[in-house]
Amino acid sequence: MSDISVQLQQQVSSAIADKTVLNIIGGNSKSRLTRAVDGRRIELADHQGIISYEPTELVLSARSGTRLQEIEQELKKNNQMLAFEPPHFATNATLGGTVACNLSGPSRVYRGAARDFVLGTKIINGNAQVMKFGGEVMKNVAGYDVSRLMCGAMGSLGVLLEISVKVLPRPASEISLVQEIDQQTAIIRMNELSAQALPLSASCWQDNKLYLRLSGATSAVHAAQLRLGGELLQDDEIFWQQLREHQLSFFNTDKPLWRLSVPPTYTPLEVPGECLIEWAGGQRWLKSDASAEQIFAITQAAGGHAKRYANNSQQTVCQPLQPELLSLHRNLKQAFDPHGILNPGIMYPEF
Amino acid sequence: MTYSISEKLDAIPRAMITKTELLAQMRSFLTADAVLHEAEELSPYECDGLSAYRQVPMLVLLPSTIEQVQKIVKLCRQYSVPIVARGAGTGLSGGALPLQQGVLLSLAKFKSILNVDPLARTARVQPGVRNLAISDAAKIHGLYYAPDPSSQIACSIGGNVAENSGGVHCLKYGLTVHNILELKIVTIDGELLTIGSQAYDSAGFDLLALMTGSEGMLGIIVEVTVRLLAVPERAQVMLAAFDDVEKAGAAVGDIIAAGVIPGGLEMMDRLAIQAAEDFAHAGYPRDAEAILLCELDGTNEEVSEQVMKVREVLEQSGAIEVRSAKDEIERALFWKGRKSAFPAVGRLSPDYYCMDGTIPRKKLPEVLRGIADMSAHYELPVANVFHAGDGNLHPLILYDANKPGELERTEAFGAKILELCVEVGGTITGEHGVGMEKINQMCTQFDENELTQFHAVKAAFDPDGLLNPGKAVPTLHRCAEFGAMHVHAGELAFPELDRF
Repeated sequence: MSDISVQLQQQVSSAIADKTVLNIIGGNSKSRLTRAVDGRRIELADHQGIISYEPTELVLSARSGTRLQEIEQELKKNNQMLAFEPPHFATNATLGGTVACNLSGPSRVYRGAARDFVLGTKIINGNAQVMKFGGEVMKNVAGYDVSRLMCGAMGSLGVLLEISVKVLPRPASEISLVQEIDQQTAIIRMNELSAQALPLSASCWQDNKLYLRLSGATSAVHAAQLRLGGELLQDDEIFWQQLREHQLSFFNTDKPLWRLSVPPTYTPLEVPGECLIEWAGGQRWLKSDASAEQIFAITQAAGGHAKRYANNSQQTVCQPLQPELLSLHRNLKQAFDPHGILNPGIMYPEF
Repeated sequence: MTYSISEKLDAIPRAMITKTELLAQMRSFLTADAVLHEAEELSPYECDGLSAYRQVPMLVLLPSTIEQVQKIVKLCRQYSVPIVARGAGTGLSGGALPLQQGVLLSLAKFKSILNVDPLARTARVQPGVRNLAISDAAKIHGLYYAPDPSSQIACSIGGNVAENSGGVHCLKYGLTVHNILELKIVTIDGELLTIGSQAYDSAGFDLLALMTGSEGMLGIIVEVTVRLLAVPERAQVMLAAFDDVEKAGAAVGDIIAAGVIPGGLEMMDRLAIQAAEDFAHAGYPRDAEAILLCELDGTNEEVSEQVMKVREVLEQSGAIEVRSAKDEIERALFWKGRKSAFPAVGRLSPDYYCMDGTIPRKKLPEVLRGIADMSAHYELPVANVFHAGDGNLHPLILYDANKPGELERTEAFGAKILELCVEVGGTITGEHGVGMEKINQMCTQFDENELTQFHAVKAAFDPDGLLNPGKAVPTLHRCAEFGAMHVHAGELAFPELDRF
């Protein structure tokens, strides 16, 4: 447990004075997801500790450098969980990094994304001011929703100091089913099932197999199993964990890895490469040598967006923003970080 | 009420065009019935659901196409005319209160459901579509739109997005922000912009979250895509009566500790119970100090397990009576009592004033005691209706506006309740928005830097401050005038600012 917010605030102040760019680092477990920032490191890993956790309030507040692992262990003791099932990518993954990247796991479509569970944040903006937005209550419409704006902004709008999240009870029972099915049929089926009153909590298609996870009361899970058919997947917890952590053999590749976020019902994308589908069709992983331009054109036509994860030879790259949106992004960056010192260029070179 | 928008204090831009000239410009592309300018045409728009605040606008415009909205906004920008957008006008915080020298932009003619996609579980609708109409249209596919504010028969989806509306099912199903995918907005430059997407996330910042609940301050919403959910196989309502409000409050925590997240979890106190019972004949126990309504929904099996669990918890928590709705008719009746609590309380008194604070649930006994003490102090009765699951409290203060001084006492009482909510770690508004009503309490909840940051966010979208100026985020001058902002050790807040 340690609160180093005063030091962190001083580091931001000095950066303003020195006109130095800051590279905000939590556990440094997600550098594959961001563009490189060439700047002075500001380390959040020592700003850690759970500040408050009350199971019956369904709220946990922690400093941003707190490890996800620690939070999940604490929740588990009370039979609760982070319902968005965040990927860790390394044992030192922090809550701050997770929220900054808005990272969500297999349950996202059924339970919500990281941003859906964030209730409040304390941040340092680019003027070295400490500010609090949102709070520790479920409903709060006082002021703009700056806390959710921080989710996915990758630190470019503020240094996250503290985060309050909504937590949920763990399901009593969980099983997974698997069946052979082609991609086109799987996309339709995942969506059809999502439109029914079923205790679905995850779905995935790869290698002509559809994986479905059912979570809830034991009797409900068994009833759904009978209704859906398919084979029971052994050691399913490991499967979903490996999927979440990119440890399935699919992800073991030298080819560039792309994350495509598309309308879930969109038909199989006409793009060279191998595909793994999650989120009832909404999140598609692609291993492909196709050019960025080609992939962006395809995802744009589909009504979605794409991002290439960095590898040894290539930078992370995100779907270009249309000019009006880009100018709004620049304005917002200016509003939070007028000196341009907080992770500039981490999402796009323009801001 | 006693607060009002002040051009100077609230930095309202001054229109650089006369009413006659603006009228002529608007009439050049809008039909005669889409431009209201006579006093008797304007007066129905002088207030929203918070009728204590009234102001007749310069013009009311009722466009029917996005292109017309774009033209209107461009003209207003050109002549520095403030714009207040309005949906169905059911808001409870004066967010759609017009400005004397401004245009009231009604989206009432945008009422088409453009598309329901049962496979993708989405509905693309115009902003004037009523909340309940979406669920009605989706019903045939076994789907519904989850957020259900009590005004859902009348309120529009555009207004819901602007306010980030909640309802009685928020704890499990979330607020508006959790249930929308994409917005089309007209910016202050008159550009049509898509925010969010038909996918589950978008490139760049989460502007969808920022727009939701922004109270018409950042852009004009002209289209909304909502997510639809499968109608649960079964929903079972239980009613538990308590002889003590604190026991009822503790029971809520016990239900959640048992690992159950109810679809709805509502609490009412004695005065609210009696009013609702007289009004709706819902079968509520009139002699209880508090009741809990707990709705469990999901698959048949899930609900069966949960009903047993919750019954056990409620009995252990000291409920004097626990009933399950025996059929769909009784379930509807249980809810009717709750959903008509506001009008029911309205029958007890000539006027009532509804508050909207949210508190950490464990603070409920403390806050209810505080409200009871204040009720005695201000000599005004209060009925409490509470979204117990998510901590959102709606104290209804009963008063008579015709009695001299009662309105002012009511306002002072209401302000104290909100300050108490902030003090215990809560917020001044859970779901009704800040609007005009709670503008001064924003100075209690946020400090100078935070408010300045909010203004910077607004300026990123609306540099001239033309969209709904004077609402939602107070100017620092207003806070200095209001004097409520964190005065530490006798230091005056904002000594550098002029006092008006």
